[in-house]
Amino acid sequence: MAGVAAEGTRKSRVAPYLLSIPALAWLAVFFVVPLWSLLRTSLSTTSGSVYLPEQTFSWEWSNYATAFSTYGTQFTRSFVYAGLATLAALLLGYPLAYVIAFKAGRFKNVLLGLVILPFFVTFLVRTIAWKTILGDDGWVVSLLQTVGILGPDDHILSTAFAVVLGLTYNFLPFMLLPIYVSLEKIDMRLVEAASDLYSPGGRAFRKVILPLSLPGVFAGTLLTFIPAAGDFINAQYLGSANTTMIGTVIQKQFLIIKDYPVAAALSFVLMAIILIGVLVYARVLGTEEIA
Amino acid sequence: MTAATRAAVPEMHPATAETRVAVIEKRFVPPRWLRRTGSVLLRMWAYFALVFLFLPIAVVVLFSFNDPVGKFNLVWKGFSLEAWQNAFAIPGLTSAFFTSLQVGAVSTVFAVIIGSLIALALVRYRYKGGAATNLFLVLPLTAPEVVLGSSLLVLFLDMSWPTGFSTIVVAHISFQISFVAVTVKARLRGFDWTLEDAAMDLGSPPLRTFLRVTFPLILPGIIAAAMLAFALSLDDFIVTFFVSGSEVTYPLFVNSAVKTSLPPQINVLATIILLVSLALIGLNELVRHWRTRGLPVG
Repeated sequence: MAGVAAEGTRKSRVAPYLLSIPALAWLAVFFVVPLWSLLRTSLSTTSGSVYLPEQTFSWEWSNYATAFSTYGTQFTRSFVYAGLATLAALLLGYPLAYVIAFKAGRFKNVLLGLVILPFFVTFLVRTIAWKTILGDDGWVVSLLQTVGILGPDDHILSTAFAVVLGLTYNFLPFMLLPIYVSLEKIDMRLVEAASDLYSPGGRAFRKVILPLSLPGVFAGTLLTFIPAAGDFINAQYLGSANTTMIGTVIQKQFLIIKDYPVAAALSFVLMAIILIGVLVYARVLGTEEIA
Repeated sequence: MTAATRAAVPEMHPATAETRVAVIEKRFVPPRWLRRTGSVLLRMWAYFALVFLFLPIAVVVLFSFNDPVGKFNLVWKGFSLEAWQNAFAIPGLTSAFFTSLQVGAVSTVFAVIIGSLIALALVRYRYKGGAATNLFLVLPLTAPEVVLGSSLLVLFLDMSWPTGFSTIVVAHISFQISFVAVTVKARLRGFDWTLEDAAMDLGSPPLRTFLRVTFPLILPGIIAAAMLAFALSLDDFIVTFFVSGSEVTYPLFVNSAVKTSLPPQINVLATIILLVSLALIGLNELVRHWRTRGLPVG
């Protein structure tokens, strides 16, 4: 890769900066500044009437204390659900990526196409489809009731299971695609050498393929975990009041209750936890793999 | 087998190498039938994952042909073409759908221009700050949508910028830029920049070289990025929900409809989006195929 890049690399003092300015300026104004505003708001106090609230910056750290003490459960729940969904997506996504990369033959492109198909159906409509599939009148519930796994009065909808399933489904392609990309890059001669060196099957996989695909696994884990932790659609459509996630709380605080300081504190903590994870990741593995 | 193994550990003391080989040869080698079974199970699990991915989409398409009783299109009642014949019969849904298309078109144009330029800078030039720029570009991808949406809402409130069509477009561009840059960058990596040198050696001025040589070659990558950006915009709910004000996009309409009624037209429009995007992808691939086959060198 380095060789290819060096060959075409141009030397110019101004051109790369001129080409970068629009994007960097845009992201400065509409990504960095908003985060800064969010941080300031999270440390402000609200005064004035309910209808015309005014925020004054005052190092109000108690907003964070309030955010944690009131919504600690939802925080924990979000990270647990997102963790479970990420794990499930890994268990489903890795084997599928492996089969597409190494065993699909001429069906490779067709299978890849099927994997990205969900991207072309609106997120909300996809989630509503799960409402149909998992509904009490649906075949899944009646099948499980006949087999005896579910009791006659049991549901799947409105449970934590349904929420985690929805999260897994919606972010599975984000897990699968980076893993596929990293598997695809592996030189087949290495795999052959490994099956000569070690016994065929398991050990060649553990010693060669798995380590080489780890960057993809890490990237997929981040790309699945982050949106899953902040999501509120799956919890809202497939869950109940007992499965509320932190995204729901942030959204309600901002748009309904309009307690901006506490809402901003919640939002900022979520961002900070995830950002720290990402920076650690970037330090360990480099940024190229995320893309 | 033994020779290959020994070649792989050349620095090792001969005695150690011998014992190693012995250990390797003694290790449990699974019999053929067991490996076969393992491979079959792996395939079955992979197909299960595919079905899992595919099932809800099948349901979405199938339910566009449903003849629902009552207001909610959630339970199968019978086949009907009524929703397809009256695809645009629900005024709120239709206008929301067209708002989404407009938001998508405007934001995609801006994001593709801005994102492609920075991708070009990062792939083509080696410059101070390039690595930091790379990292900075990835950051918006790592922010949860609730954070992006809420922080933009705070900014718009601070600036007293009334939320509506314009704020939705601005928000969409903000998350599209990184996706565009990453996609275009990936496509540009394999690009043979010496073609530019060749053109300029033959006396073509820089601008003409860009328009006649570089641009046509990177165009498929840009088109792919544009389709991705448009799809992301059309699909976005969370960020839009925060900054929409009273403007209603297609996902926002669906969300508000969930509580009162779910007409099958929602599924019809989702199916139309699916078919159109599949057609566009097919077309882009086809054009790429023709062009690469048409090139004399390659």
